Amino acid sequence: MSEKREVILEAKHITRRFPASHGRTLLANDDINLKMYKGETLGLVGESGCGKSTFMRFLVSLDKPSEGEIIYRGTDITKLKGEALRQSRQNIQMVFQDPTLSFNPKMTIRDIVCEPLMNFKKIKKSEKDAVCKRLLEMVELPGEFADRYPHNMSGGQRQRVAIARALALEPEIVVLDEATSALDVSVQKTVIELIIKLQKEKNITFGFICHDIALVQAVAHQIAVMYLGNLVEVLPGKNLSQNAMHPYTKALMGAVFDINMDFSKPIESIESEAPSPLDLPKGCPFQGRCEQCMDICKREKPQLIEVEEGHSVACHLYKKDKQK
Amino acid sequence: MLELKDVTISYKNVPTVEHFSMSMKQGQIISLVGESGSGKTTVIRAILGLLPGGGKVTGGTITFEGEDLLAYNAEKWRKLRGSDISMIFQDSGAMMNPTKKIGNVFTEYIRTHEKISKKDAWAKGIMMLERMRLPAADNVMNSYPFQLSGGMRQRVGIAMGMTYQPKLLLADEPTSALDVTIQAQIVRQMMQLRDEYNTSIIVVTHNLGVAAYMSDYIIVMKHGKIEDQGAREYILKESKNEYTRKLLDAVPSLGGEAYV
Repeated sequence: MSEKREVILEAKHITRRFPASHGRTLLANDDINLKMYKGETLGLVGESGCGKSTFMRFLVSLDKPSEGEIIYRGTDITKLKGEALRQSRQNIQMVFQDPTLSFNPKMTIRDIVCEPLMNFKKIKKSEKDAVCKRLLEMVELPGEFADRYPHNMSGGQRQRVAIARALALEPEIVVLDEATSALDVSVQKTVIELIIKLQKEKNITFGFICHDIALVQAVAHQIAVMYLGNLVEVLPGKNLSQNAMHPYTKALMGAVFDINMDFSKPIESIESEAPSPLDLPKGCPFQGRCEQCMDICKREKPQLIEVEEGHSVACHLYKKDKQK
Repeated sequence: MLELKDVTISYKNVPTVEHFSMSMKQGQIISLVGESGSGKTTVIRAILGLLPGGGKVTGGTITFEGEDLLAYNAEKWRKLRGSDISMIFQDSGAMMNPTKKIGNVFTEYIRTHEKISKKDAWAKGIMMLERMRLPAADNVMNSYPFQLSGGMRQRVGIAMGMTYQPKLLLADEPTSALDVTIQAQIVRQMMQLRDEYNTSIIVVTHNLGVAAYMSDYIIVMKHGKIEDQGAREYILKESKNEYTRKLLDAVPSLGGEAYV
């Protein structure tokens, strides 16, 4: 793709264990390695409980991994504390799925949008009106919305305000955690278009969490597929449909209901459900649902191997091909 | 078999759905699509007489198998629900009593419709769960709703709804809360119901992909009115309606338009 891709954030060997009842541990992230590039979008897909949100929460320092480090501009942000941590939050911001829950219902939109700027003493009180208007216009909302409260706006408008708030500090990285999942499709489309426009203007890096693989492939430069805490495939967003190799990635794509699909063909889907992350099988996490499961999958856990530049896959099927 | 004619539904005298008409044949699958607040759920709730407080059908007629549903009294409604017409909700777990085991809820349901012993009702429940291909049906009957995954709960909901092989199944966003792989499984199972029992299904969904895959006929709603309707092929390919086109364009498609 591009010649000079600048790595601005690198996650190395991220592992997160949560204590569970009866002395067990839940492995939410198992040795995740990912890079984020300047001005590009990293899409993270997977089913509920696969650890995608857990991972993104480390980026915004809402949680700390059990092991591993996240290098942003040369510093490990997982080790920051106190004032240094507070200052670093300016660089990485987040937009949540449900804007009604992430706003204080008693604050006006002006206060909501300007709060991060006030916290970091970037603007004076007297400047709030002008700044708020500018930020709202950036997300294509009328400036008069400043006096409204979150409850008298539609879901799409609220999500735009959430984006304005996240961008107020001009961060380098913005994490969108299912930011459009609660919206109607037509509204989702306009919000996505806004996100893409802002990315082009400001060269922002996005971390885009989503369970809809069709949407992810439309917005992401790089797609990471997770399954039960493991990265199973990392590949460029372009040509996802041709290049996907891992059986799980293919299963996800097969389960998409597309309005252009051939309706006479039965929908492909893997049977059964994901096992509980508390009792993961030995070997490949996907073995129980995989049609191409082999003996080795039950014994040995496949490692991520690079099959071509920017495309890695963790599956024994492809290891074998490579050795031949 | 089912006909709605010029139906108007109001909440506290404010009309929410206006001039809604549709008719369906046995074995047909119709989907109602539209954005939040377009009145799609209100319509199917009205068919089953389940409008929330303050809601009322203020105009038009709803006829099911030749009978005027709006003239029904509470007793007649109770007999109709769960036997001739069933409903599946977005999260079947939420409609079940969280303090009761699935088995208890299921047998209670069966025994309100049929005079049989608890033991027979239990066996019937297990048979229905197995038909929905739920593994270890015994186990499921002995679980509380919160112990099951979303996909399993939805299957239990469908199993309950299908116990008396209703002529009409109303499904309100049956797959919206599920992961994509599970969604595909549930959609497939619902279509098998039609093949096996010739059940008519009305699906309310905001997922146009699911609507397109499942249904023979699609009704597009906007602000409580029918905006566009037609056979699936017509809606997807031929309809010139601006709103329909806008909705269809907004659906992300694999291998379709990419922004980057």
